[in-house]
Amino acid sequence: MIDLILDGLSWGLLMLGSGFVVVGGIGALRLPSFYTRMHAASLTDTMGTILILAGIILQAGLSLAAIKLFAILIFLLLTGPTATYALANAALLSGVKPELDCDESEEPLKK
Amino acid sequence: MELLGYYNYWVFAILLVIGLYTVIAKGNLIKKLLGLSIFQSAVFLMYITMNKVEGGTAPIILKGATDQIFSNPLPQVLILTAIVVGVSTTAVGLAIVVRIKETYGSIEEHQIFEADQTP
Amino acid sequence: MIIFFAVFLLTLLVITAIAIVRTENLFVAVMLTSIFSLLMAANFFILDAADVALTEAAIGAGVTTVIFLSALSLTAERERSQTTAKWLTIGVVSVTALVLMYATFDKPLLGDPNAPVHQHVAPWYLENTPILIDIPNVVTAVLSSFRGYDTLGEVFVVFAACIGVLFLLSAGNGIKAEDETPKSQGLRHHLIPKVVGRLLVPFIVLFGLYVQFHGEYGPGGGFQAGAIIATAFILHALLEGERAALAAMPRAALLGMAVAGAMLYGMVGVVCIALGGNFLDYSVLHSNPVIGQQIGIIVIEAGVGITVCGALLSIFHAFTSRRGLN
Repeated sequence: MIDLILDGLSWGLLMLGSGFVVVGGIGALRLPSFYTRMHAASLTDTMGTILILAGIILQAGLSLAAIKLFAILIFLLLTGPTATYALANAALLSGVKPELDCDESEEPLKK
Repeated sequence: MELLGYYNYWVFAILLVIGLYTVIAKGNLIKKLLGLSIFQSAVFLMYITMNKVEGGTAPIILKGATDQIFSNPLPQVLILTAIVVGVSTTAVGLAIVVRIKETYGSIEEHQIFEADQTP
Repeated sequence: MIIFFAVFLLTLLVITAIAIVRTENLFVAVMLTSIFSLLMAANFFILDAADVALTEAAIGAGVTTVIFLSALSLTAERERSQTTAKWLTIGVVSVTALVLMYATFDKPLLGDPNAPVHQHVAPWYLENTPILIDIPNVVTAVLSSFRGYDTLGEVFVVFAACIGVLFLLSAGNGIKAEDETPKSQGLRHHLIPKVVGRLLVPFIVLFGLYVQFHGEYGPGGGFQAGAIIATAFILHALLEGERAALAAMPRAALLGMAVAGAMLYGMVGVVCIALGGNFLDYSVLHSNPVIGQQIGIIVIEAGVGITVCGALLSIFHAFTSRRGLN
């Protein structure tokens, strides 16, 4: 019985993680500017990674493979957002400006 | 369904000619080196495709378990050597490209030919 | 069921390759090559080649990308060429592709156990590895012991490539002591990658050593371990700057490592001759031939790892310390 619950839970986590990865992919294609696209790609880095690896850890049970998968999860959670930060920083330093909602060069309340 | 068993070889043929096209037709030297690396990877794909046995696993013999089917270890050994040799030749090729850029000022093939022909 | 996943990955490979050819920005092409190597590594893993997948991921997606990027920073970023004789080339390569595809219909299907490649030498290796060498990973046994002579040649090829790159790129154009440009100080003003990078470098080295010494029990071995440890040092060099990295591991030490590994491998062979066997016949290293084989494999894998690490790091430093002409 407990095996069935664990199996169903792992299926649910894997499906949810894959859903987040698909959403991240669609966002990386369809969003307008560089920073918004990276925001979408970082969704894959964090939510997708946590959910998919949690699903696989449940499949592996309590064994050495589960500890290794947990170590991989920690490693990816450390390096993924750092890579996103480094990319955004490099883009900002080389002049890619984020698109803002209000244009500050216009005079305010100009009709 | 059995045609899918040939899909690996078709992808190998397509990747091979994509790499070959890049080496022949593109004029930029670094693009040629990238095409060469695609070509090498296609050959690796063909060798590793030949090593799979249906229902087998990676050739790591676990103690005490009998009657295991393994995939062939021999093409893996050849391709391990080939990958390392590939990265070595890529490094030397890139060093030559860097020196060409410093001498001729460009890495485009037609500009290098023109620079060679004007004495 | 896994065949559909494999088909999907192979299609992605073709799409990535076409994108590499068609893009004009060389930086994008190098990034796509790294993705191509990673997809190829995933494909190798599906085809049961675990050692090769690890090597392709470490060397292809890791070290090759870094070397290409450092060469790009010294040359151009965009491709400005005209494609010569485009339609003639497309015609010739299409004919080649069709001929190759026609030839593949004579090949055995994927996974056929009666294919000729599985008949002659491979079952002999699979049966005799537990008897003669007694290590679980058959690929390491074949690579280091049964075909050890080829691996010696490969170590010498890596060493020769290191010497070649050093000859080409170290001739009189390195950074002098007074040329401290801000670029060569690494990521001095970026705190987050520095902190995370400093946290990760010891663990990467630890993982590299794990892969080195567990090469007999699982996928791993000298080449992968050398590439992983070289990656750790490259990360350190990217974060702290060229001067700090060269102070930590000077060029003489890297060249010494490349030489020492190759010599270690050769000396094992000579010691085997001195003890009465053939060249690289490890059975004479100990009174028990099986233990002798295992001792020989551990020592030469260490030699391979040291050479690959030293050579890759020498090549990286040769590229990054070259002042480009801008």
